[in-house]
Amino acid sequence: MAEIQTHEYDVIVVGAGGAGLRAAIEASAMGARTALVCKSLLGKAHTVMAEGGIAAAMGNVYSEDNWQVHFRDTMRGGKMLGNWRMAQIHAQESPDRVHELEAWGALFDRTQDGRIQQRAFGGHRYDRLAHVGDRTGLEMIRTLQQHAVHKGIDVYMECTISRLLKDGDRISGAVGYWRESGEYVAFKAKAVVLATGGTGKAFRINSNSWEYTGDGHSLAYWAGAELIDMEFIQFHPTGMVWPPSVRGILVTEGVRGEGGILTNSDGKRFMFEYISDYFRAETAETEEEADRWYGDKLNNRRTPDLLPRDEVARAIVAEVKAGRGSPHGGVFLDIASRHPADYIKRALPSMYHQFKQLADIDITAAPMEVGPTMHYTMGGVRVEPDTGAATVPGIFAAGECAGGMHGANRLGGNSLSDLVVFGRRAGIGAAEYALGLGSQPVLAEADVNAVTSELEACFGNDGGENPYAIQSDLQDAMHMLVGIIRTGAEIEEALGKIAELKARAMKAGATGGKAYNPSWHLAMDLRSLLTVAEASARAAGERTESRGGHTRNDYQETDPEWGKWNLSLSQAADGSMKLEKTPLAEMPAELATLFEEAK
Amino acid sequence: MAQVTLQVFRGDANGGEFVDYTVEVDEGQVVLDVVHTVQATQAADLAVRWNCKAGKCGSCSAEVNGKPLLMCMTRMSTLDVSQPISIAPIKTFPLIRDLVTDVSFNYEAASQIPAFAPCAPNADDGTYRMMQQDVERGQEFRKCIECFLCQNVCHVIRDHPENKPNFLGPRQFVHLAELEMHPLDTADRTEFIRKTGGIAYCNITKCCTEVCPESIHITDNAIIPLKERIADKYYDPFRWIFSKLTGRD
Repeated sequence: MAEIQTHEYDVIVVGAGGAGLRAAIEASAMGARTALVCKSLLGKAHTVMAEGGIAAAMGNVYSEDNWQVHFRDTMRGGKMLGNWRMAQIHAQESPDRVHELEAWGALFDRTQDGRIQQRAFGGHRYDRLAHVGDRTGLEMIRTLQQHAVHKGIDVYMECTISRLLKDGDRISGAVGYWRESGEYVAFKAKAVVLATGGTGKAFRINSNSWEYTGDGHSLAYWAGAELIDMEFIQFHPTGMVWPPSVRGILVTEGVRGEGGILTNSDGKRFMFEYISDYFRAETAETEEEADRWYGDKLNNRRTPDLLPRDEVARAIVAEVKAGRGSPHGGVFLDIASRHPADYIKRALPSMYHQFKQLADIDITAAPMEVGPTMHYTMGGVRVEPDTGAATVPGIFAAGECAGGMHGANRLGGNSLSDLVVFGRRAGIGAAEYALGLGSQPVLAEADVNAVTSELEACFGNDGGENPYAIQSDLQDAMHMLVGIIRTGAEIEEALGKIAELKARAMKAGATGGKAYNPSWHLAMDLRSLLTVAEASARAAGERTESRGGHTRNDYQETDPEWGKWNLSLSQAADGSMKLEKTPLAEMPAELATLFEEAK
Repeated sequence: MAQVTLQVFRGDANGGEFVDYTVEVDEGQVVLDVVHTVQATQAADLAVRWNCKAGKCGSCSAEVNGKPLLMCMTRMSTLDVSQPISIAPIKTFPLIRDLVTDVSFNYEAASQIPAFAPCAPNADDGTYRMMQQDVERGQEFRKCIECFLCQNVCHVIRDHPENKPNFLGPRQFVHLAELEMHPLDTADRTEFIRKTGGIAYCNITKCCTEVCPESIHITDNAIIPLKERIADKYYDPFRWIFSKLTGRD
């Protein structure tokens, strides 16, 4: 094996979306030698697709809002399965992170008196989402990107990390390849922050970019860390459904935040029929009250159109199943009858553009057709709430690839805030750990060579299985069998298929050379995709109840006993996936009272 | 379903050629879908850069039938599929492979731009106040998804690569305009825009504005106001005499 390009750092951050950028900025500011490594060009990460806003209890629209209310909404939205400490940190620190983005150049929409404007969103008691029209994610990533560039952080673009390596029980670095040249690269690092996002590309209909192949989840898992909550998958209720080629592309919840309503083929606002007991006390019962709520949130209860995403997604599935769907198998989302055209174009410019260009629909004149799309992975690497430290020394995780923050279901707007709150914390955690470590752990040459041999093996499979076909079969299996509504038998079937696909993936062949070869890249990504798919299926099979983003047709009730447990997955010595029930962290009494008062 | 023949550029820095692929097109598909069909069924190693497939990340810029655009936002139904459709990489940047080019020029340019330099918080609570009408100017520029199509069509660098060291291009002028018009920014980048930016090379043919998928008025709202600032500072004869006499700006 030829000598491979090697770099040495204190901290490497894998992934350059909101969480990765924020982590790198913080680690670098603390004096750690920091590198940011990302699969795409800088500024293209999935964060750019976030639309509606960033949740932070700044109280600019309703001064009654505060971190306790945000904390309560988050925990209840996650069906009380979230990690209380993460939810607390998140609610307390997100306002500071939003103001920080502004001080770094972000231009949020304003209130009349010049503060940051905040909009209504599903599951949030008050108008809470700071936003820039419907392109908040782009604003955030550009702000962080420009800030990071001027801090002189080394950025390795279009560079994929394939494995983390250890010296004894702690992290010593990572090995990967440059997508452009196909050459291998090794990083000696004391700490690694994983910020690689989610797992959506394991599913047929999804709102995610190609990068969402569960890399961070898998890198941590292969290195011995634990994953939790992998059974909880968020299907966003409103993805585009027509034409087929755009199926799954996100339609922001901001449409409903701005007053858009969901209707069925009878023209009925069906969400009033789907108010669960869990949210009944805080949800409007009549259309009149729901409409008043948009203007006066103190004296009216929230429209059921803005129940948390899991509730709305299930309602849409039920309406379609009952034969009351739209022509192309979704339901209608109507903003046209609710606001004048110029208001819609100003508040939701990307949505206007997206439907006009991709579906020939003018959303200011006609309703949209929408249906659920795989959007977010609640599960992820188990981390220490305060530092983002995983269960393996030297691994840290933040953002979507970390677990615990959102419990069984994430509220809209809580992802962008999660990225910057926990990105910063993981940056601090990693820098403190790395700077405290003293000497650089040893990156063993034999380990590096083992990884590159594995990467190379694909080329020996020339004429082997087509990696695109394997991914497509996986997407169908996950969509049909571990989708929005599951049964034990289907999950068993999925596990069988995943095992077959794993065997096929080992034989996946790369055609052509190593320079910018997507067939090779995908063949490598299949390994992480199949790992996270198996994790989700195994956990989904074990949890015999329905809760948040995990709905079992054979166990439809939410079981209070299951509410005390997380499901944790780790790799056993024989390479198999080990599943354990681990007790949920107990909330301190002073926080628990917030839920009693609300009753 | 219709059949279409794509003529896709295949090659690298050492040269290449257009290769024909015939594929089925489904209803509503965009150019990127059809390229992906080619990749999945006929040319597994076809290199194409893409991320969001929703017009938000600006990765899949290409020249389709000679026209620079985003492949993910161009529906096949807008093209004449009875004729072969050519798909080529954007021309202004060095080819890596197939449809992927080396756009590092743009990242190097961005790193040279003097950073955002905010004033002190202007509200008692330690945060900022800004009015909606003041942020809207900058918001137009911040819609930029960095697809670099404006850079690609700018003849200053497209036809004259030798200008690249002396000219940052429309994307960076949009960024500079955003900083210069930012309500909180305190830095003065006029000299930078003139000297390093090379804004005088631009002769406002508006090619950049025409191809912008975000409909940013690049020429009218970003470049011309910046040119005016330069003209005011460096080329106003009265101001020139005044500064010569008084030694002040």
